[in-house]
Amino acid sequence: MTSARDEILARVRTALGPNPAPVTVLREYRRSSTMDNVIELFEDRLRDYGATVVHVTPDGVAAAVAEQVRGRVRVAPGLPWLESGPDGPHVGGVAVEVDDGGPAAELDAVDTAVTGAAAACAVTGTIVLDGSPDQGRRALTLVPDRHVCVVHSGQIVGAVPELLARLNPRAPLTFVSGPSATADIELQRVKGVHGPRQLVVIIVADTTGQ
Amino acid sequence: MQVALFATCLVDAFFPRAGQATVALLERLGHEVVLPREQTCCGQMHINSGYPDQALALIRRHVTTFEPYDVVVAPSASCVGCARHQHPTVARRLGDTALADRAEALAARTYDLSEFLVDVLGVTDVGASYPHRVTLHPTCHSLRMVRVGDRPLRLLRAVRGIDLVEMPGADACCGFGGTFAVKNSDVSTAMLSDKLRDILTVRAEVVTAGDVSCLMHIDGGLTRLRTGTRAVHLAEILASTDG
Amino acid sequence: MTFLGMPTAPRGVGRLRGDAPFPVAARAALTDTQLRRNIGHATETIRARRAALVAEMPDWEQLRRAGEAIKADTLARLPEVLVQLEEQVTAAGGTVHWARDAIEANAIVTSLVQATGADEVVKIKSMVTQEIGLNEALAAAGITAHETDLAELIVQLGHDRPSHIVVPAIHRNRTEIRDIFRRAMPGVRPDLTDDPPQLAEAARTYLRRKFLSARVAVSGANFAVAETGTVVIVESEGNGRMCLTLPEVLITVMGIEKVIPTFADLEVFLQLLPRSATGERMNPYTSMWTGVTAGDGPREFHLVLLDNGRTATLADPDGRAALHCIRCGACLNVCPVYERVGGHAYGSVYPGPIGAVITPQLTGVADNPDLPFASTLCGACFDACPVRIDIPSMLVHLRARAVASKGASLERGVFGAIAWTLRSPRRFSAAIRLARLGRLLGRRRDRISRLPWPLSRWTVARDAPRPPRQSLREWWRSRPTKPGAGE
Repeated sequence: MTSARDEILARVRTALGPNPAPVTVLREYRRSSTMDNVIELFEDRLRDYGATVVHVTPDGVAAAVAEQVRGRVRVAPGLPWLESGPDGPHVGGVAVEVDDGGPAAELDAVDTAVTGAAAACAVTGTIVLDGSPDQGRRALTLVPDRHVCVVHSGQIVGAVPELLARLNPRAPLTFVSGPSATADIELQRVKGVHGPRQLVVIIVADTTGQ
Repeated sequence: MQVALFATCLVDAFFPRAGQATVALLERLGHEVVLPREQTCCGQMHINSGYPDQALALIRRHVTTFEPYDVVVAPSASCVGCARHQHPTVARRLGDTALADRAEALAARTYDLSEFLVDVLGVTDVGASYPHRVTLHPTCHSLRMVRVGDRPLRLLRAVRGIDLVEMPGADACCGFGGTFAVKNSDVSTAMLSDKLRDILTVRAEVVTAGDVSCLMHIDGGLTRLRTGTRAVHLAEILASTDG
Repeated sequence: MTFLGMPTAPRGVGRLRGDAPFPVAARAALTDTQLRRNIGHATETIRARRAALVAEMPDWEQLRRAGEAIKADTLARLPEVLVQLEEQVTAAGGTVHWARDAIEANAIVTSLVQATGADEVVKIKSMVTQEIGLNEALAAAGITAHETDLAELIVQLGHDRPSHIVVPAIHRNRTEIRDIFRRAMPGVRPDLTDDPPQLAEAARTYLRRKFLSARVAVSGANFAVAETGTVVIVESEGNGRMCLTLPEVLITVMGIEKVIPTFADLEVFLQLLPRSATGERMNPYTSMWTGVTAGDGPREFHLVLLDNGRTATLADPDGRAALHCIRCGACLNVCPVYERVGGHAYGSVYPGPIGAVITPQLTGVADNPDLPFASTLCGACFDACPVRIDIPSMLVHLRARAVASKGASLERGVFGAIAWTLRSPRRFSAAIRLARLGRLLGRRRDRISRLPWPLSRWTVARDAPRPPRQSLREWWRSRPTKPGAGE
């Protein structure tokens, strides 16, 4: 008896016939953007989604994070603004927990997660997380109700093709475009179902890398 | 210019006034109209009902009949759409490549009336006068099969005395759909009642369209309900010199 | 039952066949005032939103053409692309399974769940698992499947069926949803109102416990990238992320047509899909994963590749583009038929225009002969389709297949007689003269109010035209001057 695999592949070959005509894919859509207001547009989109946007200079990140977190705070293990003090780790003077990869159920008691980002896209107001140490495992930015995400201006591109070009496909990727939402009830958009209901984006104006 | 009138079976048998108006209009614009006597039906009903095999002979007749002419014009976007898109496809699918090629060549010089007037003759003001309140049903096949765009509207706007009003949801289907109106008559009726509502909302005296099939459907509802609103083919308005 | 001898989706399992023919089911749906209000309102809302967001994309047509071409290219190279996907998923620590049909896919998933010892799973909204009736198969094995998408939860708790590809509870309004939750959601507060945020909150509270305790999740897939083995889920609520991240074992079921060749191809579909589906620039969450990642997410990943009539669809060169569908639901929202009857009347998990071309191909047209006729061929679906599936032409093609599957029939005889009449101008003229007898029927109002069956279905709600005294050709012949070349 042939395996399901072999049989399905054989069916596909039969269905296509001996010489399926090759297809040329023309990519005449915009693959790069030439906009000069990328950060403005990104912010506009984020606000449209109901996210909070904060602008800071590189030396103001820790203070901004400290201001935006609420309640019990957990941060990605490789967050650059993490400092250790005599009373444990803190960011900008606010005590935080460092995510240790423990049971996800523990995250249910956490109020705020703080991470960096892998890249962002202005046209769609999207932030991408790729599981790097400054972003942590996926559960960290999912279970707590508030996500504070630090994005560098140099990480923000204009359009979707530029965004994908910056990503490592094999990393666990999460694209976040505003807070969790649903339109399942009469097509009315309701913010916040299972993911974080509050999204705070801290945009760091880089002097280089733009 | 000599124009062969592709009258369509429905116009020939049931709505000759739309055909007569097309003739009158084209002659008024200084063109010679001929009505090839061998024409019958383009076969759309058979193709869309699942009988392309039976339609093949009708396609062959259509192509043979109109092939000798340089320009073919029909007062029906739906039938033009069939000749343009379905004739070559059906012929090819049924293995008659030569017929498919001929159909394609013929389709390239086959026009819906509004296309012919605006694109080929380059006129939008055809010298018509029609002092009535009119709303246009743009029809699905005009819009999405033949892609006549706003040509019918441009022609109507140039008509003297006309009070042209746009109905809400104008580009929505009236629910005719050929045999759909019989096979799924309940859904068809539901669509028709919404279309009638939109026509009546703008208090038009006349609803017009470039397709007699949709007009037959809409008229059937308008008269059944004694609305007093009439369905009139676009050609009849453009041919009119009343008032 | 087969096309080119290719097996179709088996009977007796899954949800591709309805209980009543479309015209009958549609007739019932038309009389449901609440349903028509709900669907009419919802489709109108989403149409407007989609139109606005598509209009802001200057390269929308180029994106549509690229999407169409990528899908066509994938199908043309499907064997190599599928094998590459399998290699990449396996190399990344996943396990690939192949399922010839619904029965085999259900058996694979059931045994995978049983191997974990779990007696419940959490599910992400997935068309394909609805198609194969996975929940029912799991239930038969004593495994409870919890739907976690809000709309699917509404449908599941209401013992209902989904009626839309993207918004399965589109046929329910807020008050009905509140009543379902009050009745069937364990632990719900008795004073729950019909305020949408409160309804969403209720679902959040109820499902959070499930997410944190579930050991197995089941999902579908929006896309799977052959080049990297990356699987993609597009969602809004975060229930998808919960299912993809928290349980130990993840089982993904996908139709073989969901594969795309390269990661870069996603740049097309991630622009087309959200705008077409929900009228958003981007959906709130998109997850992509490749096999398993240590310390992040499930430790076991299974990918089930399903045929279930897809190769039969592929075998028809004039029908195979139905496999290009990215399940955005845009064609449903613009369809004047869907808008009035809703999804249930189609009898399949795939309703609307795309359902009318996919379902009959998956099952074989003989099992769904009415669906290709459930359309006026108005063409709105083609214009809305983000991958340019020519649904109207495909419907016409499938009508011919449906008619052929029936063989000889009274209808064929009638159409044959009409075609015979139309093959000769002489016979056509005679028929016109004969039809003129109908003038008698219309002598009172210049319209005919009643015709015999089957045309009575026309005159039940509309008048028929009264045949004119003179046909166009008779008038032409009687014209005194201007004898045209044809006459």
